[in-house]
Amino acid sequence: MIYINENLCKGCFICVDCCPVGVYTPSKQINQKGVHVPVPQTDKCIKCKLCTLMCPDQVISVEDD
Amino acid sequence: MTEKELFVQGNEACALGALKAGCTFFAGYPITPSTEIAEIMSNELPKIGGHFIQMEDEIAAVGAIIGASWAGQKVVTATSGPGFSLMQENIGYAVMTETPIVIINMQRGSPSTGQPTRSAQADMMQCRWGSHGDYETIALAPSSVQECFDYTIKAFNLAEKYRCPVFVMADEIVGHMREKITIPENIPITPRQMPEKTENYLPYDAPENGTTPMPSFGQGYNIHVTGLTHDKRGYPSTDDDQTHTQLVTRLCNKITKNTEEIVEIESQYIDDAQTIVLSYGIPSRSALTAVKQARQQGLKVGYIKLKTVWPFPAQQLQQLSKNAKRIIVPELNLGQVYLEVDRVLGKQAKVELIPKIGGALHTPKEILDKILEE
Amino acid sequence: MTEHEHRFMKYLRKERLPHIFCPGCGDGIVLNTIFNAIEMSNTDFDNISMVSGIGCSSRIPGYVKCDSLHTTHGRALAFATGLKTANPKQDVIVVTGDGDATSIGGNHLIHAARRNIDLTVICINNDIYGMTGGQISPTSPKGSYATTAPYGSTDKPFNIAEIAKAAGASYVAKYTTAQPVQISMAIKAGLENKGFSFIEVVAQCPTYYGRKNKIRSPVEMINWLKENTVTLEQAKTMTDEELAGKIITGEYINKPRKEFTEALEDITRQISEVNPDTNINSAYRSE
Repeated sequence: MIYINENLCKGCFICVDCCPVGVYTPSKQINQKGVHVPVPQTDKCIKCKLCTLMCPDQVISVEDD
Repeated sequence: MTEKELFVQGNEACALGALKAGCTFFAGYPITPSTEIAEIMSNELPKIGGHFIQMEDEIAAVGAIIGASWAGQKVVTATSGPGFSLMQENIGYAVMTETPIVIINMQRGSPSTGQPTRSAQADMMQCRWGSHGDYETIALAPSSVQECFDYTIKAFNLAEKYRCPVFVMADEIVGHMREKITIPENIPITPRQMPEKTENYLPYDAPENGTTPMPSFGQGYNIHVTGLTHDKRGYPSTDDDQTHTQLVTRLCNKITKNTEEIVEIESQYIDDAQTIVLSYGIPSRSALTAVKQARQQGLKVGYIKLKTVWPFPAQQLQQLSKNAKRIIVPELNLGQVYLEVDRVLGKQAKVELIPKIGGALHTPKEILDKILEE
Repeated sequence: MTEHEHRFMKYLRKERLPHIFCPGCGDGIVLNTIFNAIEMSNTDFDNISMVSGIGCSSRIPGYVKCDSLHTTHGRALAFATGLKTANPKQDVIVVTGDGDATSIGGNHLIHAARRNIDLTVICINNDIYGMTGGQISPTSPKGSYATTAPYGSTDKPFNIAEIAKAAGASYVAKYTTAQPVQISMAIKAGLENKGFSFIEVVAQCPTYYGRKNKIRSPVEMINWLKENTVTLEQAKTMTDEELAGKIITGEYINKPRKEFTEALEDITRQISEVNPDTNINSAYRSE
């Protein structure tokens, strides 16, 4: 599973860009903090966890099922 | 253990005092006329498992001793005017973070490189105001080799008690002069006050006008130490008026509200004195001789020596000199502590300066002549 | 929520998050790589102290749940030298930036490297002063723009890794934030090296460097870093003109030598062996 901590996300989209299989897309709507948060398409995830290293705001948790 | 007598230089006495006070760390940079202190510390510290580092400059020297202080050690550096100027940045950091450090300043002729081998009391205001911002310091002024030893120990004790930088403001004459000193049998030493380990530990939750016990890095407190305005947790809180006001006010009050406890003043012939020679550091020796000579001539002249120059003992001085009409202040500068004396006693007496620069000490005659001027 | 937190959340002062870094700042990536490296190496997190100077990158230790010393501008290495020497058992990590380490703190950098004191220094180089609002730095590429270089920088930039190597560091590596695995490996090697370890991370500052130099988004900036990266191996066959503006990455040196605090301890041991009673406190003992 992939968990997104919306509270910490600043909407930089580095996750969207760095994911080798395109798991993330920016949300259409902004959240309460005015940020387009990443929406994961969990079934695509290959669990490389690069996003957890590249996310500057410690937003993403990728957990083994 | 018995009393012991030694014949040493002021610089040596400072080094011995530091070691006696429990100092285990020295970081410094060579500078005349204080270098002997660094040399002695480099020789002695490794023998007791302590550490000496010659740093790349005086900025780094104070940085290193602050770092070592947070590692739980008692620390010192020694310098003179030009080095003292460079130290001001991290002195402010020590004030803000409440880090106990001792700085020995063997003052010399200045500004700039000035007179490396001559004496002065040129940095008295710099040690009060040298770093930016509102803060209070503690400064002791030895006038003999014995006092170099005693005051250095006292400086360490005060630094631990009030968690602040403490200055030993000596000068070239006292630093290079040789005298007999007595190492007393029992010297009170203030150990580092460590906190009791608790779950919800707040490193800067200090009482009014006081400070807190200080943990060391590596003890598991996970403290954050910053020169930024910080809250009780030690976390930066730079936009809150209240936090800043409370912190800086407390840092000042922990010194000024305890002035009576911190300061020491020596006085003689004071009760009936119409004229008082008020001095600190090395000129007080000429001052005492001059006062005694004046007394022999039947003049009502008194003597006050400030052992502690900062915090300035305003109330104590007002009390001591309440009957005096004249206050004479000999200083090895063009008027620094004189300004403070005038501020405090100027309303009750006429305050007169005997300035002297160039490197030589006031002679007793110069001070006596001023007394006789009237 | 605790069970689904980011994997490094346990090392952070959670109550202080989100941190002050701008959206897409490289500092947050480096923060991850520090924890990744600690986990990959045999370093005990509880034994770590962090020291920093002033600047954006120097705010990192304030978010880490360890003893942290946030010092004056440029002086982190001086404080760290005292902290480490006074208690060599601690693992001391220094986080600094390009302005902090090479401009105001340049002297401290070369001397700490010369001593080979056992510090792991992570220098986040974003080619600009972020905290003060985008001024030119000693590493800003020639021709780049900043608020204090409105006509473009005229100066040749430092390659900080080369300076650290020349000054005597025993481990030096340089990567960009586009290479988080390599950074982690380098920090791990730095933590394991008993000596002065210097890891330079070239990082994006979208807010200032990006805005001033028309590379506006964090993603664009990371791609710009990738495009300008060459390896040390590739650089060997390139001309100075070809190397202008390039980020030369790789391991610059990995050559352990005698460490500073160990050398001091050797002296203490020698002296006590020669005359264990020669202790300054003996001056006060009765004969």
